[in-house]
This record gives sequence, C-alpha cells and structure tokens, in this order.
Amino acid sequence: MQELGAYRVLRVADPDGPEPEPGQFAMLAAAERWGGGDGERPFLPRAFSVARAADGECHFLLEDVGPGTRRLCELRAGDGLWALAPLGRGFAAPTQGRRAILVGGGAGIAPLAILQDVLGAPATVLLGFRDQVRAQGAALLQGARVATDDGTVGHHGLVTELLAGELDRDAHAVVYACGPPAMLEGVRALCAQRSIPAQLALEAGMACGFGACFGCVVPRRGGGYVRVCLDGPVLDAAELERVEGAQIAEHAGRSEIGQPA
Amino acid sequence: MSVEFCGLELAHPVINGSGTFDAIAAARVFGGELRGAFPFAAYVSKTITLEPREGNPPPRLWEAPAGLINSIGLPNKGLEGYIREDLPQLAALSTDAGAGDGGQARPVPLITNVMGSSAEELSRLVEACGRREEIAALELNVSCPNVKTGLDIGADPHQLEAVLRSVRGRTGKPLIVKLTPNAADVALCAQAAQEGGADAVSLINTLRATALAPRAGSGSSRPWLGGGTGGLSGPAIRAVALAQVAAVAARVSIPVVGMGGVQSALHARELMDVGARLVAVGTESFRDPAAGARIARGLQAARTG
Repeated sequence: MQELGAYRVLRVADPDGPEPEPGQFAMLAAAERWGGGDGERPFLPRAFSVARAADGECHFLLEDVGPGTRRLCELRAGDGLWALAPLGRGFAAPTQGRRAILVGGGAGIAPLAILQDVLGAPATVLLGFRDQVRAQGAALLQGARVATDDGTVGHHGLVTELLAGELDRDAHAVVYACGPPAMLEGVRALCAQRSIPAQLALEAGMACGFGACFGCVVPRRGGGYVRVCLDGPVLDAAELERVEGAQIAEHAGRSEIGQPA
Repeated sequence: MSVEFCGLELAHPVINGSGTFDAIAAARVFGGELRGAFPFAAYVSKTITLEPREGNPPPRLWEAPAGLINSIGLPNKGLEGYIREDLPQLAALSTDAGAGDGGQARPVPLITNVMGSSAEELSRLVEACGRREEIAALELNVSCPNVKTGLDIGADPHQLEAVLRSVRGRTGKPLIVKLTPNAADVALCAQAAQEGGADAVSLINTLRATALAPRAGSGSSRPWLGGGTGGLSGPAIRAVALAQVAAVAARVSIPVVGMGGVQSALHARELMDVGARLVAVGTESFRDPAAGARIARGLQAARTG
C-alpha cells in the first residue's frame, strides 16, 4: 500500500492471473471482516479499475469514501484479498493516426495509468482534482497537466477547459476519459460538438460485476439500457445520449459501490 | 448426492434463484471455466414476461445491512425474444456446462420462470414454454399485481388457487410456484398452490423494502431506488426464510425449494433440515459466482465426511 495524497495504491500480487487490458476492472473484497462488522457493511464486493499491471502485480487506486473502500484502505502487506478479474470491456487502441488525449478526474485517473503504459507513445494527459491533496494522485501518470477546482495546483478550473484548449490546437485526436459523471458528460458534449471520438470509462453501483444482477445499467442512446459491467465499463461516447450522475454522485458511501468518483 | 425433483434427476440439491445468475453473460465472462463445472444442478431463468421489458430506471441497487435491496424491474426480451434468442443458447449451455457431482458431470435442466398479470397471460406463457422440449420445468412468479385487482396474485390464496387451476391444464411439465413472502400467511398460499395443481413451491422471494436517498449524511424523504421500492435479499433475510420454509414444508406434501440468504453449506443444510428438497442460492452468487458449486461441495463433504 502506497500513499498518494488523498489516495492509496493497493498492490496485489497476482503472478498467475490473466493480463488485464486497459479499462478492465476487478471486483475486490477483503478476505477478512467483509460482510460483518458495524452495520454488516461492507457486504458486496466493490468494483475498481485496474490502475497498473506489471511484474505479477495488479495495482488499484483507492480513496476512502465509505465502508468498503475504508476496509480496503486498512489492508496491510500479507492480508488476504478476494478478487474477480479481469472483467468488462476496456479501451480500444487509437485508429487513423489520431493522437490520444487522456482525461481523468479524481480516482477516475486509475485506468488511464495502465492505458498510458500500454499506449507507450507519448499521450497528452489532462487530470482534474478537487484540491491539492488529491492532485498528488497525478503522480500515477507521467507528464500530466493538472487542473484543480480550488486553483491550488495547475489550472484553476475544470479539466474539460484544458481539453477544449487541446482540441482547439489539434482536433485529430481520440479522447479517453474516466472520472465523475459531470466530467464525463463535459467530455462527451465537447467531443460530440467537434465530432471527435471518445471512449468513456463509466462508474456504476454493481453487485456482481459479471452481468448477473442487472443493477449497473445506464441508459443507451435510442432507448433501453446497457450493463456497465458487461458492455462497459468503457463505452463509446456515441452510444450514450448523455452521462447521468444521479446514480452515484450524491453520496460517497454509495458511490463507492462502484469505483470511487 | 443426486436428488430427484419433480421427476428430474439433479446432480446435487443446489440451484440458482431466478434472476440472480445470467448463464449467457456468465458464459461470456467465464467462458470454458463453466464447462463441466456449472455452479448449479438446474438453471432457473430470470423472469420472462409476454412483452419485452426494459426494467426500472437506475439506481437499481442499495447495499443494506447484511444484504442488498434491488429494484431491477424484470428486464427481459419477452416470450418471443426469449424463445428465439436466449433458449437456443441456454439449451447449448445446459448440455455443455454440466453440473459436477464429484464424478460425472450431467446436463443442467432448464427451468423457465414466467410472470403474467392475469391468468390469461400466464396461460399463454405456460403453454408456449411447455411446448419447448429444451425446458424441463416452469416456475411461476406470482409476485405480480393482478391487473384487475391490484393485489399480488400470490399473496391471496383464493386468487392463487384459481390461477393455478386455469394454467395447470396448459402443460404437462412440472409447475413450481415461487411464493411471495409478502403475504399474511405464506403456508396458506402454498397450500392453495398445491390445491390448484402445483408440483412444487419455491420460497422465499425478496422482502419488499426501500431506502431513502442520503442527503448530507442523513436520510431524505426521496426514495433512492429508481423503482421507488425494491426487494431485500441476502443474509439479512435468512432467518425469515428458515421460518417460512419450515411453515410451508409442514403444510404441503409437494417438494419445496428453499432460499433466502444462503451463503454456506450449513445454511443450505438448515433449510433442508426444515423440509426443503432443493436449496437455491441467489445474492451470494453476486459476491462469488462459484458460490453454488462451493455450497454443493460442502453439502457433499458433510454427507461423506
């Protein structure tokens, strides 16, 4: 466990596990004191994007926002972890020579780190955080430009403002984004206006992570729902009318049912 | 440890609760790992309705103390879509993904769960599914309000018996009635199902429950779930399940499928001790997709050990 400002990087030894693709996720639960304790929560495993996979280890970015993430943050070296991974559909590689722009917000920067590792080529990285303590999470990626809500680090404002500037400069790009719903909606709207392809890694409360519970759905453009765990968590922005945040935005203890925003 | 249930020979007594395991999705996610190691001895489909349903708007989940409140809203492709698209895949899986019994894996019989808001709707569903040789048995979800009376069909013994009588003649296949726990006297409902011609009853379904959207650390008056209310499942309801299964098993002579908060072989054994022939695993499969197989192995070990 490594501290990174407001976040912790949970490093899990997984020497024989299948190699995750960028954007895929894992369901995690502590082997001990899960499904018991105060209020009998946490009960369900929690979903986390894989932040990095290297040398037989998988890394996950944690922020203590509720009982599940708190319990995971308490893990010490040698403790047992239950994991189901890799799950879901990840990011697709850039096509037609488009340059990759990675846009992350808060704990949502996690899948962009493994994506940056895999892309290899220098990608533009734009990260948004609430404040200075959280902005330390930017160290997870290389060469990131940072925006903070309170202006204590980098650009004073939204990360989508940085993105708009980048797209003004060179629009032959593909945008990869993960973060809070409002940020994802900002990215989706910007890219839709300019006909720029975007892949959004979504968060949703999940009970299972493998398509069984039908609890993690988001509305699909043209009607109906898609399961975030099975058809996502990375969805083409064109598949969505808009990114809605009501499911997870208002209460940290709930939002952490999925990967923390 | 094979067990007979309504004329079906099952590899072991553990099946899934309807709507808690999507075999087609699981095959996509786990692929060949399921082959010969399907976690359940029979596979119960999610609820199929006459017309397609998209399900409830999100949010659909709430983690409760030792449990889960869900408000999924029975999304499904409708009868026609189920038979055309899902059934061929499920039939292939059922022969391919045999349930293990320590030794030889055997095919996993398909049980199709159907729901209708009137006797006529249920009759059409039962008749159409009854004609399919891929389907071994039918489970009737009677936790649905009657379109005319607004009352849950399964909560009213008289209505339940009448509905059973009208659908009974539509198929020779076993009919399992999934009882609702949200009734004044569940054993009386079970008895009514038996009188109406049911071959088995299964219980308990989820308990009606709700949660309020949090606001600044405390509850507000606005429901959290998109569907307003949902159903509570998981260990939180295990003691209720044990009492209701015991009461029902004491009242009827047809086999009983017991479920509700089962997480271990011990919990399964307890339900069987009070009269359940089979045990279904639901919410625990969300926490661990191999839970059914783990519990079946545990039952086997307790028997031989």
